[in-house]
Amino acid sequence: MKFIIAIIKPHKLDDVREALAGVGIEGMTASEVKGYGRQKGQTEIYRGAEYQVSFIPKVKVEIAVDDSAVDAAVEAIRTSANTEKIGDGKIFVLNLESAVRVRTGETGSAAL
Amino acid sequence: MNGADTAWILTSTALVLFMTLPGLALFYAGLVRAQNVLSVLMNCFAIAATVSLIWFFAAYSIAFGDGNAWWGGFGKLFLSGVGFDSEAGTIPESLFFMFQMTFAIITPALIVGAFVERIHFGFVVAFSLIWVLIVYSPVVHWVWGGGFLAEMGLLDFAGGVVVHVTAGVSALVLAIMLGRRRGFPHDIQPPHAPGLTMIGASMLWVGWFGFNAGSALAADGAAGMAMTVTHISAAAGTVAWSVMELIRYRKASLVGAVTGMVAGLATITPASGSVGPIGGLVLGLAGGVVCYTVTQFVKQRLKIDDSLDVFAVHGIGGALGTILVSFFVATSLGGNGFADGMDTGSQLGVQLTGIAIVAVWSAVLTFVIATVLKMFFKFRVDEDTEAQGLDLAMHGERGYHNM
Repeated sequence: MKFIIAIIKPHKLDDVREALAGVGIEGMTASEVKGYGRQKGQTEIYRGAEYQVSFIPKVKVEIAVDDSAVDAAVEAIRTSANTEKIGDGKIFVLNLESAVRVRTGETGSAAL
Repeated sequence: MNGADTAWILTSTALVLFMTLPGLALFYAGLVRAQNVLSVLMNCFAIAATVSLIWFFAAYSIAFGDGNAWWGGFGKLFLSGVGFDSEAGTIPESLFFMFQMTFAIITPALIVGAFVERIHFGFVVAFSLIWVLIVYSPVVHWVWGGGFLAEMGLLDFAGGVVVHVTAGVSALVLAIMLGRRRGFPHDIQPPHAPGLTMIGASMLWVGWFGFNAGSALAADGAAGMAMTVTHISAAAGTVAWSVMELIRYRKASLVGAVTGMVAGLATITPASGSVGPIGGLVLGLAGGVVCYTVTQFVKQRLKIDDSLDVFAVHGIGGALGTILVSFFVATSLGGNGFADGMDTGSQLGVQLTGIAIVAVWSAVLTFVIATVLKMFFKFRVDEDTEAQGLDLAMHGERGYHNM
């Protein structure tokens, strides 16, 4: 099992959800986060005073998938979150040791 | 007693109170960090409540008691002698007291913009009360209560000097004494809710009809023209500020547009009983351009953290209008004409003298009051409190619970 963390632009969340559903991923967790990478924040101007805003709003999507689904899931996120502009985000894939479904107690891939 | 006049001033009084609560409070609250939103709202609300009481207890007497050329004395402490049948001009004196009270509320509330995000709440309340008694009320008497500036012939219809110069200059002094916010000018957080600022500014625009047209103290042609020039000036100030931003940054911002509107309104205030529509247009445009320029100058060159630009927008706008009225009061420029024996030169001299006296009065006494109060009240919050925000530290509550 793998755990996938994707940092994406907030307005791409629906596209990513639909793309993941299209490759059979049936659950995810999304949260509003702030961060920066090469985009290095943005400058805002109020009454002529320039404010350097380093942390930009992003959405973090977390999904747990079976090994066999990793490549398809990563590709689905990458294509659906892509605007071909700086700040599109990152995808991280981690090993996942175990998973438990709270209601039934099922473990491993059956719990996903 | 005149029923029409009374009805209009009853309405105007409500409009001007609405300018502070919630107009100015929201205008300012949107411009600070989310962790300070309640402290700004609370500053304005607390000032409204406490100044109302001090106005009743003593300030009204100092401003509008019979007194002499310098102050009104203590003859009307606790509204002594003011009953159901007392009259002030063509309206009940109780109503005149209320109408003027709403001005006494918004003037110290304007100063709040200078010290947001870093001042102790107790100091704000104590300072505001003493400031109204010692700085504001005497100036009201000099200009509107038959004092020496009125005798000189100073034109200040609705408070360019009385409200905006006093508040603007005092704000600048307090901002310098208190020091800059941590990180100013480059590492402070931007306004958390410009939408609130626009809503508050819009209430100010509407409320200003009561402020300026109400200052006619009658339902007549002077009130109608005051409302007209007030509106034209607000619109022109908005356009002027936005064009300045377009030239400089290629973008016209909402915060800039509403700030230009306030600049236009502050500028027309002293002139709103004297000038015609062309005067309103010119004063609004001038207010937008000049206040924009001074805002940049104070922040970027002087590096003074007058956080919400009270001096640049109100102090400068009020002074500018007080100067320009010397020209646009002329009947040839659409105004209602000079007083007997006055011309542009002599009027300008009076106007500049009035501004200078009131500016020095406000600056010196604000310095003295703040210096003395610092011995009894905490002035600036500590670094941790400033970083975490004043809402929790000063008031034990939060504006937004998802933070």
